[in-house]
Amino acid sequence: MIQVVAPGFQTTVQDLGRYGYGHLGVSASGAADAFSLRAANLLVGNPEGAAALEMTLVGGTFVFERDAVAALAGSDFGVDHPMWEPFEIRAGEALRCGATRSGARCYLAVRGGVDVPLVMGSASTHLMTALGGLAGRALRKGDVLPIGNAAVRPPAHTTIPPPAMQSALRVTAGPQAEFFGRDFYDVEWGVTEESNRMGLRLRGPALEAHSGRMLTEGVSLGAVQVPPDGQPIILFVEHQTTGGYPKIANVISADLHAVGQLRPRDRVRFDRVSIETALRFLREQEGWLRVLA
Amino acid sequence: MKIRPASDHSLLVSFGDTIAPTVHRQVLRLVRRLPGVPGIRNLNPAYASVLVSFNPLETDAAELAARIGEAAAAADEESLSEPRLIEVPVEYGGDAGPDLEEVAKFHGIPPTEVVALHSSADYLVYFLGFSPGFPYLGGMPEAIATPRLARPRRQVPAGSVAIGGSQTGIYPVASPGGWRIIGRTPLELFNPNRNPPVLLGIGDRLRFVPL
Repeated sequence: MIQVVAPGFQTTVQDLGRYGYGHLGVSASGAADAFSLRAANLLVGNPEGAAALEMTLVGGTFVFERDAVAALAGSDFGVDHPMWEPFEIRAGEALRCGATRSGARCYLAVRGGVDVPLVMGSASTHLMTALGGLAGRALRKGDVLPIGNAAVRPPAHTTIPPPAMQSALRVTAGPQAEFFGRDFYDVEWGVTEESNRMGLRLRGPALEAHSGRMLTEGVSLGAVQVPPDGQPIILFVEHQTTGGYPKIANVISADLHAVGQLRPRDRVRFDRVSIETALRFLREQEGWLRVLA
Repeated sequence: MKIRPASDHSLLVSFGDTIAPTVHRQVLRLVRRLPGVPGIRNLNPAYASVLVSFNPLETDAAELAARIGEAAAAADEESLSEPRLIEVPVEYGGDAGPDLEEVAKFHGIPPTEVVALHSSADYLVYFLGFSPGFPYLGGMPEAIATPRLARPRRQVPAGSVAIGGSQTGIYPVASPGGWRIIGRTPLELFNPNRNPPVLLGIGDRLRFVPL
């Protein structure tokens, strides 16, 4: 059991998401930085998609009822344990996480996994619709989380290097890219406070759509949509499944983890690449995780 | 039919840019066929398109596009079975439908006339989207089309039946919303612990029945 002594700013149970229900209007949810969740799980000997804790901006304090093996990955939340490698934690010991020193999210995986009931095949919390995780909500003080028996191999002896952060988010052209000019790529965008797991609202010079009428259509994870006010929104893990605004670009799969690490007031630029290039980056990134599996 | 990449992990299959039952049936036929195609992670049908998501490490987009093309060709031959007709009981007006009076006033007709028009039409569930179980319905009489609220409500109760422009819909879960609420249904449109979790499905016919 893990006892939640302090929940932090917004801590949820996450796995790799709830796929196969898009046609019912349910987006996949899952870890905002799936790379870090997978790494933390692999480090403790879990399957890469086991349920773990996703902490946001300020981490929580957790007391373990029994000796456990845990790992932290993602942003540095100022914990007295090394990141990106497994460590032991004693029964009764408190694991204290503080405020972030780098990006938005830090993942805590425990050997055996966090054991919550699966909803529609996944442990992932979908906050917007109160689905999955622990009662569909963020953790609160006093919550108790059982530890499961998901471990499949001994904890790793090695560490992995955290992924290098790029200076720009790399994107491919969106389905309505031709509605817009080049200005999207020429400027730096600010991440606003109104950003969450559903989407990241950006602020900058208003983009103008030169053409186009479109019908509401399905939207992809990482799509950059442009509403009439010209301020782009990156659709994220809890996105609405369909939308009627044109999409200028789509963040590449290899950079979705970096979107999960953006904080309000961060600045971000976009670089357009081809789909072939995007897939090359993704395969390179997978290579890093292979050393653990 | 056109198939093109929407991202490095999704393909957009489109059947033009009109909202019509004939186009809808093409979408529906394809959606019924696609679960047999390996490598698909999620399907998002809409009025005239289907977004197909896949894991790019396991599935090659060009190969998947070819499989989708084959599925669409085979689907064209298929006849669709008679759609289900779902009756949705609605308590119109009062606390359940706080905007009914406003909608009536906007059109200069009595509230009973709004109810009569809304509940006499035969609706088609074009697709579920936006939020879990939310039906995009076609078929509302233009005579009761009403602009959205200038300020969306922070919380619309689950089951609310509402009009937004020339569309009508039902909020399956409590959520913010800017449509005008004219009634509420006691039916549960979305329940994650039920199988299937949704009450309505793409292609269903629907009628509202005043309580």
